[in-house]
Amino acid sequence: MNGNGATHTISVLVEDRPGVLTRVAGLFAARGFNIDSLAVGPTETVGLSRMTIVVNVETKPLEQVTKQLNKLVNVIKILEHDPGSAVERELMLAKVRAHGDARARIMEIAEVFRVNIVDVTASTLTVEAAGKPAKLEALRELLAEYGIVELSRTGCIALARGERGIKERTLRSAAS
Amino acid sequence: MTKITGAEAVLRALEQEGVEVVFGIPGGASMPLYDPLVDKSPIRHVLCRHEQGAGHAAEGYAWATGKVGVCMATSGPGGTNLVTPIADAKMDSVPIVAITGQVPTPVVGNDAFQEADITGITMPITKHNFLVKDPADIVETVREAFHIASTGRPGPVLIDLPKDVLINEVAYQWPDKVSLPGYKPTIKGNNRQVSEAVKLILKAKQPVLYVGGGVIKANAHRELFRLATAGRLPVVTTLMARGAFPDSHELCLGMPGMHGNYTAVTAIQQADLLVALGSRFDDRVTGKLAAFAPHAKVVHVDVDPAEIGKNRVADVPIVGDCRDVIAKMADALEKRQQETGGVPDRTAWLTQLDAWKTAHPYRYDQQPDGPLKPQYCVERLRDHADADTIVVAGVGQHQMYASQYWRFEHPRHWINSGGLGTMGFAVPAAMGAKVGQPDKRVVAIDGDGCFQMTAQELATSATERIPFVTAILNNGYLGMVRQWQELFFDERYSGVWLDPNVPDYVKLAEAYGAVGLRVESPQEVDAAIDKAYSITDRSVVIDFRVDPTEMVFPMVPSGASNDDIILGPEAVQPTTDPAEAPIA
Repeated sequence: MNGNGATHTISVLVEDRPGVLTRVAGLFAARGFNIDSLAVGPTETVGLSRMTIVVNVETKPLEQVTKQLNKLVNVIKILEHDPGSAVERELMLAKVRAHGDARARIMEIAEVFRVNIVDVTASTLTVEAAGKPAKLEALRELLAEYGIVELSRTGCIALARGERGIKERTLRSAAS
Repeated sequence: MTKITGAEAVLRALEQEGVEVVFGIPGGASMPLYDPLVDKSPIRHVLCRHEQGAGHAAEGYAWATGKVGVCMATSGPGGTNLVTPIADAKMDSVPIVAITGQVPTPVVGNDAFQEADITGITMPITKHNFLVKDPADIVETVREAFHIASTGRPGPVLIDLPKDVLINEVAYQWPDKVSLPGYKPTIKGNNRQVSEAVKLILKAKQPVLYVGGGVIKANAHRELFRLATAGRLPVVTTLMARGAFPDSHELCLGMPGMHGNYTAVTAIQQADLLVALGSRFDDRVTGKLAAFAPHAKVVHVDVDPAEIGKNRVADVPIVGDCRDVIAKMADALEKRQQETGGVPDRTAWLTQLDAWKTAHPYRYDQQPDGPLKPQYCVERLRDHADADTIVVAGVGQHQMYASQYWRFEHPRHWINSGGLGTMGFAVPAAMGAKVGQPDKRVVAIDGDGCFQMTAQELATSATERIPFVTAILNNGYLGMVRQWQELFFDERYSGVWLDPNVPDYVKLAEAYGAVGLRVESPQEVDAAIDKAYSITDRSVVIDFRVDPTEMVFPMVPSGASNDDIILGPEAVQPTTDPAEAPIA
């Protein structure tokens, strides 16, 4: 992350077709923006996928990108989330060195954070954690002291709180 | 329902879209498309000599007719040779559909012979593209492609068709409607915004209509005429918009920008209101953006929301089709004026503009026994031509001379490569324009550097009987680069000398089945043009040997403010510090 921008979380509703991910990612790449995370999955409507993109960039250049995104034929709708008015979650798997005393302390940390140990070997523990990206970051920092062997994060997904969001009506008209 | 091959379905769908001609070159993967052309399709295929030529020809056709131009190429190198015209069409919003053959679906991604991932390659330079994997999708795809290419902000669309998709059979069914949930261009401008704009227009003392290519794309020239005359609003027409408003009209100030005339450039600088219509505040128009039109409020009308606020913040943004919005503005203006009585008094502003026009016209000095000046050639070509002559240019000095000295009275009579600046555009685009407008004379004004990039299409012109005139302003140099080296690189000429004698353009023309003429002095100009214009059964190439030291003026150096316009060679301050030399 660079310091002079701000983190933006954008939901992009797209048609589920080959090449759509490339088109979306390409618009960011063409402007030299580094995507912090990008998560894609199906939605409540068949044929439509939802991407959640987290990008660290100044507001004005981001506006240009979202306008360009809107022009992509396969993009149905874009929503930029206001910080605080969206539920943001991410899943992380961390495989941590766990010899001797470390094992007990890692399990203690997992308990405090209310996350699960999902794999145990003689030398490692794998921690599964879901939550706000900030919580995962705090956990990762603590685990790093014991030596993280491998780390995998899904990238953030988000939904606007309450009535806000990409409305059902948009989806229906898109799917018809 | 009887079944036909995928290739036949493609051609039938093109026919239903109103396509009469395609420009292309066949190859292994696209051969199935060519077989029905023998006896199953009425579409004319113009066999070009290079796919780039086919692409620019499709662009020239689209420019001249307003219809979608179509080009065809095979897989791999056929497709990659289309990349330049596709990028050109993207930058200048030209509606074309490019159809490429692809290796059969089972070997796609396998490095098969003549395979290139053309949808991947052209993703950033097309408005949209398609890889068709099932013959059942062909007709719908063609229909969507034409819809996308021709509506909203027009642009290039590519359809990639694997060979097996072309060979396999399918039941042909024309879809009732296009269903593209993510593609809904805003056509109608917001009425409240329009009345805000009209309020500003009525209040403005020094307004300028900054008209771009979007007005021509939207066929909004009549509405523009109404707006300008109703509001007594002076008009500048950018390089892309020459002809959108008649040059002969008293309100026309001509071209702004890097090589625009003093009045157009200065009018914008001193304007208190800039009404941007289908224009995009391109760096060639604005110069140093922070110093562009510093006193002006901005009304920005564009069908593409991404253009509004991209370079200059708009006080009144209006997303919509220029034709709809300009008509609404003209209506509202006329109505308000009926209520309040008469047009706003703009006498002071118009008097000022007229004074500038008189004081600072385009100028050059043609001595009777001096070297031949390129501007003189353009003026004579213009004065001998019919009013409905279509002028096509490549990119460089000759393009600027053509735009400056020709007088454009109608839209779609000036065709050039603006945004991408594609050298080699003129000859194939002129050919495409002539196919689209066979009853009009087409004159390509070209440079010797440009001409050599695509001259092989003269062979197409001969064998397909598509006659047009090419006037080469031959100065033996890559003239615009030479000009910058003279002005900004301390006269250190590097990689710019081409040699006016190589090739021998007269012999080259003759070798291609065209007529070749050479002009070396001002006295020979008229006779050569008369002769060229009298020949209508084949193409003519005139080799004008022009002064290599002549430069395009006025000039706003790249990155400078438009206030620092250089009017002529006598005003040039040599730049010696390489750090201060503009680079692009």
